[in-house]
Amino acid sequence: MTEFRTERGGRVDRSRVLRFTFDGRAYTGFAGDTLASALLANGVQLLGRSFKYHRPRGLLAAGSEEPNALVTVIRDAARRTPNVRATTVELYDGLVAESQNRWPSLSFDLGAINNLLSPVLPAGFYNKTFMWPRSAWFALYEPRIRAAAGLGVAPTLPDPDRYAQRYAHCEVLVVGAGPAGLAAATAAAATGARVILCDEQAELGGALLAEPDTEIDGRPAGDWLAATVAALRANPRVTLLARTTAFGYFPHNNVGLVERLTDHLESPPAALPRERLWQVRAREVVLATGAIERPLPFPGNDRPGVMLAGAARTYLHRFGVRVGRRAVVVAGCDAAFQAAVELSRAGVAIAVIADVRAPGQVAGPGEQAARAAGLAVETNATVLGTRGRLRVSQVLLGRVGPDGAVTPGASHACDVVLMSGGYTPSVHLHSQSRGKLAYDDALGAFVPAAPAERTRSAGMARGVAGLAAGLDDGAAAGAAAAGAHAATHRHSSRGLDGGLAGRPGAPPQPAALVPPAKAFVDFQNDVTTRDLALARREGFESIEHIKRYTTTGMATDQGKTSGLNALAIVASESERRVPEVGLTTFRMPFTPVTFGSLAGVARGDAFDPVRRTPSHAWAAARGAVFEDVGLWKRARYFPVNGEDMHAAVNRECLAVRRGVGMFDASTLGKIEVVGKDAATFLNRLYINNWSNLGVQRSRYGILLRDDGFVYDDGVIARLAEDRFHVTTTTGGAARVFAMMEDFLQTEWTDLSVWITSTTEQWAVVAVQGPRARDVLARLVTDVDLSAAALPHMAVARGRIAGVPMLLFRVSFSGELGFEVNVPADYGAEVWAAIHEAGREFGITPYGTEAMHVLRAEKGYIIVGQDTDGTMTPDDAAVAWAIGKQKPDFVGKRSLERPTMKHPQRKQLVGLETLDPRIVLEEGAQIVATRDQRPPMKMIGHVTSSYHSAVLGRSIALGVVAGGRARSGETLYVPMPGGDIPVKVVSPVFYDREGARLNG
Amino acid sequence: MLIIDCPYCGPRPELEFAHGGQAHIARPADPSQTTDDEWTEYLYLRVNTKGVYAERWRHARGCGRFFNALRDTTTDQFLATYRSGEKPPVGSAARSAP
Amino acid sequence: MQKFSAWSLLKEAFGSHLGWKSQWRRAAPKAEYDAVIVGGGGHGLGAAYYLAAEHGLTNIAVVEKGWIGGGNTGRNTTIIRSNYLFDESAALYDHSLKLWEDLSQVLNYNTMFSPRGVMMLAHTVHDIQVIKRHVHANRGNGVDNAWLTPEEAKAFCPILNIEKNIRYPVLGAALQRRGGTARHDTVAWGYARAADALGVDIIENCEVTGIRRDASGAVEGLDTTRGVIRTRKVGVSAAGHTSVVLGFAGVKLPLESFPLQALVSEPVKPLMPCVVMSNTIHAYMSQSDKGELVIGAGTDAYNSYTQRGALHINTHTLEAICELFPMVRRLKMLRNWGGIVDVTPDRSPIIAKTPVKGLYVNCGWGTGGFKATPGSAHVFAHTIARDEPHPINAPFTIERFRDGQLIDEAAAAAVAH
Repeated sequence: MTEFRTERGGRVDRSRVLRFTFDGRAYTGFAGDTLASALLANGVQLLGRSFKYHRPRGLLAAGSEEPNALVTVIRDAARRTPNVRATTVELYDGLVAESQNRWPSLSFDLGAINNLLSPVLPAGFYNKTFMWPRSAWFALYEPRIRAAAGLGVAPTLPDPDRYAQRYAHCEVLVVGAGPAGLAAATAAAATGARVILCDEQAELGGALLAEPDTEIDGRPAGDWLAATVAALRANPRVTLLARTTAFGYFPHNNVGLVERLTDHLESPPAALPRERLWQVRAREVVLATGAIERPLPFPGNDRPGVMLAGAARTYLHRFGVRVGRRAVVVAGCDAAFQAAVELSRAGVAIAVIADVRAPGQVAGPGEQAARAAGLAVETNATVLGTRGRLRVSQVLLGRVGPDGAVTPGASHACDVVLMSGGYTPSVHLHSQSRGKLAYDDALGAFVPAAPAERTRSAGMARGVAGLAAGLDDGAAAGAAAAGAHAATHRHSSRGLDGGLAGRPGAPPQPAALVPPAKAFVDFQNDVTTRDLALARREGFESIEHIKRYTTTGMATDQGKTSGLNALAIVASESERRVPEVGLTTFRMPFTPVTFGSLAGVARGDAFDPVRRTPSHAWAAARGAVFEDVGLWKRARYFPVNGEDMHAAVNRECLAVRRGVGMFDASTLGKIEVVGKDAATFLNRLYINNWSNLGVQRSRYGILLRDDGFVYDDGVIARLAEDRFHVTTTTGGAARVFAMMEDFLQTEWTDLSVWITSTTEQWAVVAVQGPRARDVLARLVTDVDLSAAALPHMAVARGRIAGVPMLLFRVSFSGELGFEVNVPADYGAEVWAAIHEAGREFGITPYGTEAMHVLRAEKGYIIVGQDTDGTMTPDDAAVAWAIGKQKPDFVGKRSLERPTMKHPQRKQLVGLETLDPRIVLEEGAQIVATRDQRPPMKMIGHVTSSYHSAVLGRSIALGVVAGGRARSGETLYVPMPGGDIPVKVVSPVFYDREGARLNG
Repeated sequence: MLIIDCPYCGPRPELEFAHGGQAHIARPADPSQTTDDEWTEYLYLRVNTKGVYAERWRHARGCGRFFNALRDTTTDQFLATYRSGEKPPVGSAARSAP
Repeated sequence: MQKFSAWSLLKEAFGSHLGWKSQWRRAAPKAEYDAVIVGGGGHGLGAAYYLAAEHGLTNIAVVEKGWIGGGNTGRNTTIIRSNYLFDESAALYDHSLKLWEDLSQVLNYNTMFSPRGVMMLAHTVHDIQVIKRHVHANRGNGVDNAWLTPEEAKAFCPILNIEKNIRYPVLGAALQRRGGTARHDTVAWGYARAADALGVDIIENCEVTGIRRDASGAVEGLDTTRGVIRTRKVGVSAAGHTSVVLGFAGVKLPLESFPLQALVSEPVKPLMPCVVMSNTIHAYMSQSDKGELVIGAGTDAYNSYTQRGALHINTHTLEAICELFPMVRRLKMLRNWGGIVDVTPDRSPIIAKTPVKGLYVNCGWGTGGFKATPGSAHVFAHTIARDEPHPINAPFTIERFRDGQLIDEAAAAAVAH
């Protein structure tokens, strides 16, 4: 192995060597490595380029907070995943990774010209330039900026992987399986509660995974961890979720988790989804999310090799990797000492520990251990700069005098710089839940305050430092969340406790900076201390403004390592306390979440439910072309012998006009309205009068909203004195039903009425045409079909092909027509039977397109096509349906407003092109005079337009301002090719007398 | 996703419900006797409370019933749910903000 | 005003950028102004700018309860288009689009207006009818909007999925080439800086707590958390909080405030050349200059002031996005946020005088306010200065609800068969 891999130790499996490539070069690592640790073990520190200046960057961290080391992981052409943090990529044999945002190569990137230009590219530079000439922004500047921006490259092929989703409930959800989280889960589980414990890492244990020398309750931390996890795993009421990130906290304790199932596998089983979205509803939530170490802002703090001290410990203890040969340690808090001591023990030379604090602040077990190990410690130190092109090679230290003046100090050669600016509790989820935050001066960070949901934080997530204290805090939180008293057991721990002990916090140390030093604050977005100062100079005082102006905290790490430093620097420079500067809102997700997980299985046919009519299979087998209407698939036309739509529709229409056609009308909404006040109810609701509708008769009804505009229409039949069968439009079924319920339940509670949706219960076959009666006569029993016995709009009960039937003598085609209603389960059978019986009459199945033509020939409107939510009954030429004697109906009052009676309202008319061959385009506008130029005076538009086969010409319906008074006038439809003259006519084009209807 | 406590069925996820707008707006008994302004108020004017708000929900994919709820629109936490026709629970309405 | 240019940037670079001045003064409220705008978003700051620049009112202030541009100006998906159906809407939004086109130059602030084209997809026969109606109406109004076949749509946006076998195949699209996007924050900052240069006081962290009226009922001042401010004209441009502010003067408005969520992906190299919207499957997407895919959808179902919404709204949006653009499935949501949008019954805005003399309101923008910022601000300033509406906003009254003269774009696209 390489010189950077330790001889033993760590949680990697040295018996399993894994091969992988990075930027085409082959390397090896061990099972248990991350891509980051494996590359470090191979001495690779340069992993990426920054977003803006394309500066070379290495690893800053060891966890999901990593801002620099973003790579693309490639399984195959379709499975490219850009912008993955190398610190979270688990190594598998054959892994292929590439660096990003560089050309032609990571070590030589032409984009780094931006770094040379950085003096003219400060924060907000793009607001100030690229404005001349006007067109150049879009044509010239922006394309270049876009090409330079972005990080990885998105895949070009559809993602072949599957994603699953699951809902779960529990009494206690514990987020984070570090010591506090494990203790919380254990305590909660002890009460018998259902517990879900999730952690973003591959192994449960959190900080304990990198604490081999620590003891808990008298035994090695590793043993305690194994025993604790085993006990939880053995408990059937506990769900353990590793590789699972709690990314979002939604109202009412709804927490979103995403579980990664296959990204770590060499050959993912086909049966496994790639990720699973969990939507957990927890009675109580315990947030044991730990803390994130802060970098220190000093010039050159972004060079590859400059990393967090805690990360170096993690690489050493968990992965058996020395991060370098010779380190300079820059300490802003005690945690850095432990890293120095341990790395020194592991063979990393420690050039010096430069502590930015004053001697009085630097005292404790950490410092004592460092001195005992013979490490040099300087206090009142600062870093004046670093050197090294692709990796840090030298650090220039300075010393801050009592007066604040800085004197240059020694230079130290090194290949790694370890820094620790203190720990920031991960309050993201608490804040997402709208819980309050409070600033803890000792810690130098925000901690959770009053919660807004049933949630509590534990351990370092709320600033409780020290391993034993964290365990106790977690146990107390877990017990309390489960509704039990806090556990009496007090944990003990021994060892230096790493970042968990002593004083993990430290007020952020901006004072160590020597202005106008340029230190990086947000590494990925290249925001420096100078940018923050510039933002303030330009008047951006609020942290939200500063964030937006400089983009600090807006990179893919969302400010996990930069947020508090930015606040502290702004606070220091504006002589305010940190909380006075404010805090930007934490937004979900905690770490980025794959779109696929959120979209889940909703793809292809599973995107939306499909509703099929009883004749669907029959129609599909005959090559029908379907259209989507809401969730329904409706047959649009039935082409035969390779017909196009036009030919098929002409044939279908003529068949209805001359012989007989059949149409599946099952999608119409159907509502049964029953009760002694059913007629009163419909009287109050619909514009029509229902009191005088006889039993076994039906009537065309119009429904308005209370604002007076047409909402729905349909035939309503009176089946009995107290029973109505209401039909609605296909799209309106659910909303009309909801409207009826609304009025019944909340306004007219005096009425004795029940309503039931029967849309799915009835299959409806419309049999239309002069031979319709002949067809039905073959099948119908118990009903006299004669015109005298069953006139237009009459209703009868009987049987068809032996099946119970509700038969409507209605027509939406203008021909002799029937609508056969049978129980839906018999729909396909009855449809086939009618088709068979009609064979000798040439019965022709027709689709929605022919249905539209036939009804337009008769001037029947389609609500939603010929009306658009802004039309009154009078506008739509259906005012005749209004029950004139009724004191009220829904919408009546609104119709009394003067504007609703204005003669220039748009009214439904028929339109005939002067050239009968021209079929107008639906939606085309109508003007009164020729040759208008924009802005035209548009007085209406074409709502429906077809070729009418029976008339041998085009027909159209439209709405025109004052249209009915314009009958006979010639108007114009302006099209790109010129005006099309049209004549205003009656909307009824065919059989104006209605003789055929009554045949 | 909110959890809404249907007075008829108990707590259920928001997906089962349809929001019904502001509660306690009565349709005028005789609309023909209203002025245009009164009618407009009934049709369109809503309090849009920032604070405790009385609203209607319909358990559309459940029992189908309309009911009322008091919810704080600054936190989305429910204070109470109650049946249509009932007055808001005593004490909770007093907290209504303008 | 310190001029912004490549030259000034270069010059300042030599001085380590120490010479830049505050983009606007940190004004404290004066005792009295000729007019006060309540709400320091793009609409309010723009109105102040136009009041000063075009109507000569320079003794004016903008009061903002937080920090400027912190509301919906900074929380939207920055789509700009004007292909609205009705004449009234088309006139308003196209007025705005025209102002967008040279706003950077007028304000000397790069708003990054990028006319990369806005495409609206049709998935059903009904969609085709509705969209073609828009195309024809737009042409009549001189607003560019073209009908594209699915193949033409894909040529314009190569990552669009036009396969026939998806649940709702793309049947065509309308494209407004002049439409596009801009950088949201810059609009607020650009107007603030330009208004400040004309003498307008921009007063942040100043929340209005009352509206003072004289014996006749006319406006005579504002109570604020920073004291009383006397003024005879108050223009309220407070988005989701309009109901609260107008309530101080007893004015009730037909408004409801809903959460509206949006999200962005991690930045990736250029992928999406334009804006694509689908009303039928509820999603829209563009790509920012930074490389983030910017994605939005509809509002949550209930009114709320929490600035957050439910997860299922986002999952539904991403279901649609992944259907339309199946290669983005492996990309990741980086950040989600919520705004509070104020919605009127016809989902068109109100830019009008109120029944209270001296009190004006610009609200009800629902999900569409960003695109209208310059146009709305411009006509609102006219309304305040002249005490009468500009012809463009004359139809956008409060009284239209009483009179039934709705401008209901959404109803016009209603689905029913």
